[in-house]
Amino acid sequence: MSTDSIATFNVDMASRPLVAKLHEWVTTVDHKRLGLLYIVYSFIFLLIAGIEATVIRIQLIRPHNNFVSPDVFNRMFTMHGTTMIFFVVMPMLFGFANYLVPLMIGARDMAFPRLNAFSFWLTAFGGILLYFSFLGANGLYGAGNAPDVGWFAYAPLTSKTFSLGHSTDFWTLSLLVSGFGSIGTAINIIATILCMRCPGMTLGKMPLLAWLNLIMAVLVILAISPLSAAQIMLLVDRYLGGHFFDTQAGGSAVMWMHFFWIFGHPEVYVLVLPAFAFASEIIPVFSRKAIFGYPVMVAATVCIAFIAMSVWAHHMFTVGMSANANTFFVLSTMAIAVPTGIKIFNWLATMWGGKIHFKTPMLFSIAFLFQFLIAGLTGIMLSAAPFNWHLGNSYFVVAHFHYVIVGAILFMTFAAFYYWFPKMFGKMYIETLGKLHFWLFLIGFHLTFDFMHIPGLLGMPRRIYTYEPGRGWDTLNLIVTIGVFFQAAAIVVFVANLLWSYFRGETAGSDPWDAWTLEWSTSSPPPVYNFAVIPEVRSRRPLWDRKHPEDPDWKYE
Amino acid sequence: MLSRGCVRFQPTALSEELSVTLMSELRRDKKMRKFGSSDWLMRLGQVVLLLGLPITTLADPADRSISPTNIFAPVSTPAHSIIGLSLFVLAVTAAIFVIVAGLLVYCVVRFANRADDDGREPPQVYGSNQVELAWTVIPILISVVLFMATARVIASVQKAARPADAIQVIAIGHQFWWEYRYPDLKVVTANELHVPVSDPAHPTPTFITLLSADTDHSFWVPRLAGKTDLIPNHPNTMWIDPQQTGLYLGQCAQYCGTQHAKMLLRVYVQSREEFDRWIEEQSQPAQASAAVSEGQHIFQTTACINCHAVNGTVGDGRFGPDLTHLMSRETIASGAAPNTPENLRLWIQNPDAIKPGSKMPAMGLSDPELDALTAYLATLR
Repeated sequence: MSTDSIATFNVDMASRPLVAKLHEWVTTVDHKRLGLLYIVYSFIFLLIAGIEATVIRIQLIRPHNNFVSPDVFNRMFTMHGTTMIFFVVMPMLFGFANYLVPLMIGARDMAFPRLNAFSFWLTAFGGILLYFSFLGANGLYGAGNAPDVGWFAYAPLTSKTFSLGHSTDFWTLSLLVSGFGSIGTAINIIATILCMRCPGMTLGKMPLLAWLNLIMAVLVILAISPLSAAQIMLLVDRYLGGHFFDTQAGGSAVMWMHFFWIFGHPEVYVLVLPAFAFASEIIPVFSRKAIFGYPVMVAATVCIAFIAMSVWAHHMFTVGMSANANTFFVLSTMAIAVPTGIKIFNWLATMWGGKIHFKTPMLFSIAFLFQFLIAGLTGIMLSAAPFNWHLGNSYFVVAHFHYVIVGAILFMTFAAFYYWFPKMFGKMYIETLGKLHFWLFLIGFHLTFDFMHIPGLLGMPRRIYTYEPGRGWDTLNLIVTIGVFFQAAAIVVFVANLLWSYFRGETAGSDPWDAWTLEWSTSSPPPVYNFAVIPEVRSRRPLWDRKHPEDPDWKYE
Repeated sequence: MLSRGCVRFQPTALSEELSVTLMSELRRDKKMRKFGSSDWLMRLGQVVLLLGLPITTLADPADRSISPTNIFAPVSTPAHSIIGLSLFVLAVTAAIFVIVAGLLVYCVVRFANRADDDGREPPQVYGSNQVELAWTVIPILISVVLFMATARVIASVQKAARPADAIQVIAIGHQFWWEYRYPDLKVVTANELHVPVSDPAHPTPTFITLLSADTDHSFWVPRLAGKTDLIPNHPNTMWIDPQQTGLYLGQCAQYCGTQHAKMLLRVYVQSREEFDRWIEEQSQPAQASAAVSEGQHIFQTTACINCHAVNGTVGDGRFGPDLTHLMSRETIASGAAPNTPENLRLWIQNPDAIKPGSKMPAMGLSDPELDALTAYLATLR
């Protein structure tokens, strides 16, 4: 196909009626469009799950509050957690992987474009199915209701005895369906990275983003499979008379915990590795230095993936495992701190001696480093099993994992939004609004999640719809709730910035950040075929080589 | 006070531990051996904390005004040992935080792009094996130290031997209340656990077997011990060795359904004499006077007895709390409301007013029936 004929094709599309354009989006197999679909879809769910979080926080603003009933509260935290993990963070990161991986490895699309589309629509259907529970869960019983078993749905609360109607089935089936979508995308990412790299790009010359997404995809397959198995077992229990988790018939509640957490802990790394990937691209560009210790960064990632498969039961220190089992999981959990620490040090070393430009993506990245450091340290506290006997299932652990998911992953996702927005839409965002978003969100984040640790230390368990006065939790919960409104305001600024910039923003050009990876060598937004000529690379920073022919990277690698 | 828990630690209990191999290896090194000393850990922890961490205020056991459920104000052995370790872990992580965050701040300030910058790229550095080796090995050493400190506290809590005169209690979690049985003392009660205070010279700890009648629950009274889950088909045990009398609060810490939030825990640590007297009272059957026979009749002829037991009557239901000595308890509905006749009446009439979603049904009794029944219940001392 020549460049001319493709250009004509683009012009045709622009002049088509709206219905035809939408049809293009629904039937697309282009990795960039699917990436954007993932991102937009997960952003909508981010707003929904954010509203659910706001309901939770308003209910907890003071003791014995009556904003919502206990049942509604329990549905809200179940839906908030399930949505955020499965229908916000995962698809958001898949979206970026979809969009960026082929561009960064010099490919024209993913390895399996149709599987890519299929996977997206499975995930999308899963999210819609979960939310249909609000209408359909109780079916003919009446008003319907959402699942209320918590996002890790411990047995036997999910058995027919304790969960009548179909709310749990909506939870199970939606995760099963979207899980298959995730596995499809993971296979696609692995195949793309292993088979479709441009000439010259050996594994050792891939951008770190590709490496981290490769490992992430491997973990997705390892983690989602046991989750899907457990969901099927739960369905067998509920409808075919199985007794896997049915404790009243001799089943094991603890087995569900093992199944869930052998998914659940690698899942944390599935979510955080892409955030690391963004940091490993953004921090070097805004420090104007190559990433420090590339081979060690790759090795640390592989190491994290291996150890991540053996730490799951640190979520279960309070379920009465033997002292030996507890000791083993303390050891493996503390071990994972080592490669994670290496990463933080390498990012710092990348900044060291650089010339740091404080654009919005870099601000979010610096906040990410600070917050991920704290999240890691509270993680070490939680890994000390006896400390965990207090902290587990308290608000301390809630604060800890929000530090990971919001403070690290969401902050880094915002950085990625701002960093690649010019590439995706060819328009520049407004820097002032970006910084306003950053500071508002930073204040809101710290008000909410710093103060959330303390009620946990003062004995406040999670998932309670109300609490007794006189326990020293009142003021802290008030502050936590106030922070939510700062975060909400920041999100409004963010959306306004992106919308305004999309329609009215200045043209960005193909390489606004003077960056070094291949996606910046093509136009913004990239054409359907990505690269008119498949690039050839000799180092990890092909555009550095092009910009500095007198001192190219390949001389040193 | 804080060190007491770790003094109790018995090295023999560790003998078959995975950790012991590592520990003995380290003992060969005299310098490293110091890390094994709990007193050393504790002192370091306290020193670092005194350096101005906000947590210091929480760590002062004398200040109970902060919260009755403050994990940093332990009065019982497992909680003591846990806090000893926790302070050490906090100290180490605080030190790491100060160093790494300091480096980050330094980088951001020192290497910010200047306004008068020449626009040239800074020197490109690709890595350094020595530096990277250093920041691999140092975290490994820190992890090993933390691991060993943790392993010995795990062993000291989970492998503690049960003394012959330990009190034995079976705690059964129900949606959404607690049943307590004293199998040796033939006492059954609900929601308010009574245990004797333990004399450090002659400890009488309480060993609690944790069972569940329905879903998962978790027993967490922060000032006495860490939490342990109650899981159906999966009996657990925990122990407490409280050294101060008083009332200690907590609540269910594993989501168990609609009213997880109001499944509160109350543990009364009493002097030995008070505890013996309480057991003596609880062992008596219920005494009913003729004045409240109408209420007793209502109790025995309505659905009350399907779920509730009153010793000495036909009521022997086990689904709800045993009411034989209802009035000896300070609260009803698992700590959700004070145990007053008005609250009792309201609870029978409309449980949702106190605890929406609890398994207690509204009994649909007329006002005179409610009065009579409440009068009867008020005699169950």
